[in-house]
Amino acid sequence: MKPPPFEYVAPVDFVGALDAASKYGGEAKLLAGGQSLIPAMNFRVAQPAVLIDLNRIPDLEYVHRHPSGGLAVGAMTRHRRLEFDPQVKQSVPLLAEAVPFIAHPQIRNRGTLGGSLAHADPAAELPVIALALQARMRCASTRGERWIEAADFFQGMFTTVLSPDEILAEVVFPAPPQHQGYAFEEFARRKGDYALMGVACLIGLDAAGSCDQARLVFLNAGDGPMLAVEAAAMLQGSPVSEDSALAAAVHASEKEIEPLGNLHATPAFQRHLARILARRAILAASERTRQTSTA
Amino acid sequence: MANNLLPIQLTVNGKSHEAAVEPRLLLSDFLRHELGLTGTHVGCEHGVCGACTVLFDDEPVRSCLMLAVQAQGHTITTVEGLSPGPEKMHPLQDAFWTTHALQCGFCTPGILMTLIPFLEANPTPSTAQVREALSGNLCRCTGYQHIVEAVLLAARTMKQAAGAAAV
Repeated sequence: MKPPPFEYVAPVDFVGALDAASKYGGEAKLLAGGQSLIPAMNFRVAQPAVLIDLNRIPDLEYVHRHPSGGLAVGAMTRHRRLEFDPQVKQSVPLLAEAVPFIAHPQIRNRGTLGGSLAHADPAAELPVIALALQARMRCASTRGERWIEAADFFQGMFTTVLSPDEILAEVVFPAPPQHQGYAFEEFARRKGDYALMGVACLIGLDAAGSCDQARLVFLNAGDGPMLAVEAAAMLQGSPVSEDSALAAAVHASEKEIEPLGNLHATPAFQRHLARILARRAILAASERTRQTSTA
Repeated sequence: MANNLLPIQLTVNGKSHEAAVEPRLLLSDFLRHELGLTGTHVGCEHGVCGACTVLFDDEPVRSCLMLAVQAQGHTITTVEGLSPGPEKMHPLQDAFWTTHALQCGFCTPGILMTLIPFLEANPTPSTAQVREALSGNLCRCTGYQHIVEAVLLAARTMKQAAGAAAV
């Protein structure tokens, strides 16, 4: 099928985009990478009256060091840029680790960070990474600007706190603590398919080798990125071991996620995968604490 | 009015084109129906099969997931642009012919366009790298084995040609 007719607006600067978003509000959809929106329009499950194309705005695509030491990324930055920019690998290695799992290179050449976060697909990698890293989103409208923490940004399946006239402009990833270990695990039937389950893990060890920070976020495990708070708490206070990793993974997979199942996996199978992947990720992240040091 | 035609100017296979298109016209359909370049195929129209892959400013993209109006001012290369001249095939196309890497040929243009930048970035790829590079393109006929052989053969051929040219 083909999309039905729509009004097409292509602002050449961000102010123009904000004006258009304000003018059309809920009647309009923003076109970023288009790798999720255009398929929806081709199937006519999305039929916006107006499309505001953000691709002609030059200063929404960037990656640079944030004054706080972390990384500031423009919302229109393509996945492919995040995959290869050395600043990403150096400053926010968990992000560099996860991006190659996003679909295929052809998709990553167009898909954007801002588009993926605003689309809020529970099966997407970037919302999970944003929540794991406690990223902050700068959201702009003609009414002003506000910063939203990742924990508050995602509201449900394909739903964020963005108002109809608001545009996500930038994402700031805080500088990870020194010697923080990271891992990302995902399982799909074929490379590039939507993951049946995935998990991001961050681990910090204190001077005595005891885990003093842990963060575990699951993908395709509910109606948004799923933060397993209790499992993370279980890991803290002692060194990470095979036993503690397994216990935390079991708890997270049984008690802290709500996988919905799909054509390729029952919820029970997704929980099974969650247990295995979480255990692997916890051990891998713990191993990595020995290796990483942020510049 | 939503059906207004918008003017676009773009370069396709080295040639400049001007047209007036509806905003909703997909790039894949523009190439096929407005320009008559039917080498770009439409398989799934949601970005997963890869048959519509073209080069957009030298990068492989799904033309079914772009609007023609987005190509304004940009450069597109389709499979028709691979041949270096009349009656001649690109070494990659030649290798596909040699190893029988196509049967119905429906997936082939998308695979060729995916592989052109891949080979530029990876002139001596391993089998594993080739398989990974192909993972965004579906083929129902061949089982991929001969496609992989074609890529390895083309890589060798193109490397030799580059070496000969350098001498």
